[in-house]
Amino acid sequence: MSAELFSLFYQFADVFAFLILSAAGLAIVFGMMGVINMAHGEFIMCGAYVTVGLVNLGVPLPIAQILAALTAGIIGMIVEYLVVRRFYKRPLDSLLATWGLSLIVTQSMLLIVGSAVRGIGTPEGSFAIGGYTFSTYRLVLFGCAVAVLAGLYIIFMKTRFGVIARATMQNAAMAKALGARTGRIYSISFGIGTALAGLCGALYAPTMTLIPTMGATFVVESFVTVVIGGANVLLGTAPAAVFLAMIRMALNASYGQIIGQIGMLFAVILIIRVLPEGLSSVLVRRGR
Amino acid sequence: MLKLLDGPQTLGRGKIFWSCFVAVLAGALIYPLFADSYDVGNFAYFLIWIFMALGLCLMWGYGGMLSFGQTFFFGIAGYGYGVLAINMGGGTATIAALVLSVVIAMMAAGVLGYFMIWGGISGIFFGIVTLSATLVLAFFLGQTAGPEWHIGPARLNGFNGMKGMDPLTVGSFDIEGSALYYLMIALIVIVYVALRMLVNSSVGNVIVATRENPQRAEMLGYDVRKYQLLTFVIGSGLAGLSGALYTSWGQFITPSSIGLPAAAMPIVWVAFSGRNDLTATLVGSFLLLFGFQTITVYSQQAALVLMGVLLLATVMLAPQGFVLGIGKLVVDWWTRRRRRDEAPALADAGRLQSDET
Repeated sequence: MSAELFSLFYQFADVFAFLILSAAGLAIVFGMMGVINMAHGEFIMCGAYVTVGLVNLGVPLPIAQILAALTAGIIGMIVEYLVVRRFYKRPLDSLLATWGLSLIVTQSMLLIVGSAVRGIGTPEGSFAIGGYTFSTYRLVLFGCAVAVLAGLYIIFMKTRFGVIARATMQNAAMAKALGARTGRIYSISFGIGTALAGLCGALYAPTMTLIPTMGATFVVESFVTVVIGGANVLLGTAPAAVFLAMIRMALNASYGQIIGQIGMLFAVILIIRVLPEGLSSVLVRRGR
Repeated sequence: MLKLLDGPQTLGRGKIFWSCFVAVLAGALIYPLFADSYDVGNFAYFLIWIFMALGLCLMWGYGGMLSFGQTFFFGIAGYGYGVLAINMGGGTATIAALVLSVVIAMMAAGVLGYFMIWGGISGIFFGIVTLSATLVLAFFLGQTAGPEWHIGPARLNGFNGMKGMDPLTVGSFDIEGSALYYLMIALIVIVYVALRMLVNSSVGNVIVATRENPQRAEMLGYDVRKYQLLTFVIGSGLAGLSGALYTSWGQFITPSSIGLPAAAMPIVWVAFSGRNDLTATLVGSFLLLFGFQTITVYSQQAALVLMGVLLLATVMLAPQGFVLGIGKLVVDWWTRRRRRDEAPALADAGRLQSDET
C-alpha cells in the first residue's frame, strides 16, 4: 500500500517539478513587468545545450548545469538591454518582439547546429520501494523545484532587493519616485527569469534529446501554469502547479500522456472561465 | 450597401483607389493567359494564405484580439476537409467537405471563444490560450501515427500527415491549375469586399469601439462579448477556409502546418503589413508570401529566420506596420504636393481679388 502511495507521490512530483521549473522564470518576468517572454523556451534550450556542451568537454554535470543557468541569465540581461527594455509600456509588442526573437534563435540553431546533438544520458541510480523501481534523478529534479521556490521566497521576501522588487511590481512609477532604480530592477529580474529558464533546460538536458525546437516542449506547460497562476509567483505559480500536476497525474495514469496534456488544457480553459485573474487573485483576496 | 465600401474604417477611398483596384484585378485575371501553368499553380498556392491573414487582421487590427492560434483553426479545417473528403467520397462532395470543414472550424472557434471571451480574457492571455490550444493540437496530431487513429477510412498518420483526399472537384472536373487560380481570385475579392463592408457597417463600428475601450462600448449599451465572439468566429472561419483550401490544393496536410513556426506566420504577415487596415494586410501579406515562396526554394530555415527578423524589426521600427506606414507616407506626400500646387493658385486668386478692390 505504501508503495502505491509513494508511486502516486512520485508521479505527482515528476509533473510538479516540470511545471515549476519551466514556469518559474516566466512567472517572475510576467509578475514584474507584465511581459510574457515568448523566447522563454529558447532560454531553456540554451541552458540544455550549454550543459551538454560542457559535459562533453569534461566538466562535471552539476557544475555544468550551474554554468548553463548563469549563461542563460547573462544572455537574458543582454536581450533585456537590447530589445525588451523598449517595450515595457507596450506589453503586446514585447510579446511579438520576443516571439520574433524565438523564431530567429530556433531556426538559426537548426541551420548552424543541425537537428540533433548527442545527449549525455540520465545520471544512473534508482531505488526500489515494494515492487516498483524509481529513478533517483527524478527526485533530484523535484528537490530542485522545491529549492527554486524556497530560493525565490528568500530573494523576494527576505532581501532588500526583494522589497524593492515587490514595490516595483506593485507600482513602478511610485517606486521610482521613491528612489528605486526600477530600470536596474527590471534588468536583474529579467536576468533571474532567464537564468531559471536556463536552469530548467540544464536540469532536463540529461533526460531528453536535444533539438533546437525543444523549447516548444516546455512552453505550453509554462504558459498555462503562469496563466492560471496569475501575476504572483509564490502565491500563484506554485498552487497552479500543484493543481495542474494533480489533474495531469490522474489523467496520465489512467489515459496516457496525450490525454493528460489535452485534459490539462481543458482544465485551464475552464479555470479561466471561472477565475479570469488567475488563482493568485483569489488567494490574495482570501489572505486579506 | 455600396456606401459601406468606402467607410471610415478602411483606408483607400475614391476614384484613384478603385481604379488601382480594378487595374490590379484585371492584371490578376489575365495573368494565366501568358504565364506558365506551373507558375499559375504556385501562385494559387500562396494565395491560399491570404484568407488567414485577412481574418487575423479583422480580429487583431479591428477587434484588438491578438490570436496566436490561427493555425489551430487552419489545422481543424485542413484535417476536417481531409477526413470529410475521404469519408464522403470524392467528386462534388468535396465542395460540401470544404464548406463543412470551415463550419467545423467556426464551431470550434465559437466554443473556445465563448470560454475565453465570457471568461474575460484579453490582451496577452488571449494570445497565450490560443497558442496553447494550437500547440496541443499539433502535439496530439503528431502522435496519431498508429493504425488505431483513423476516422472511417481516413488515417491521420502522425507526423507524416494525412493524404489521399480528392482535390476540389465539380462533377468530373478537377479544380486545378488556372481553374483553382480563378477560384482563389474570386474568393479573395469576395472576402475582401465583404470584410470591408463588415468593418464599415455599424457592427464594424462597435467592433472598433470595443478595441478602443471595451468599458465605454459596454456603457453605450452594446453587449461587447457578442461582438467579440462574432469577430473571433469570422476570423477563425477564414483561417479555416485557408486550411481547407490548403489540404485540397496539395492533397495532404501534416501537423507541422499547425505548430509553432507555422503559427508565427500569420502574425508576421499582418504585423508587417499594418494590422489596422484590410487593404494594407492584403497587399503586405501578398508581398511577404511571394518573397517567402522565393526564399523557401533555397532554405526553409533561412526563410523563417528572416520572418523572425521582420517581426522584430516591425515592432521595433514601425509598430503600425511597414506597408501601412509607407502607404501613409505616400498619401501624405501626395496631398501635400496637391496642396502646394493649389496654394499658389489660391494666392493668385487672392491677389486678383485685392487688385480689383
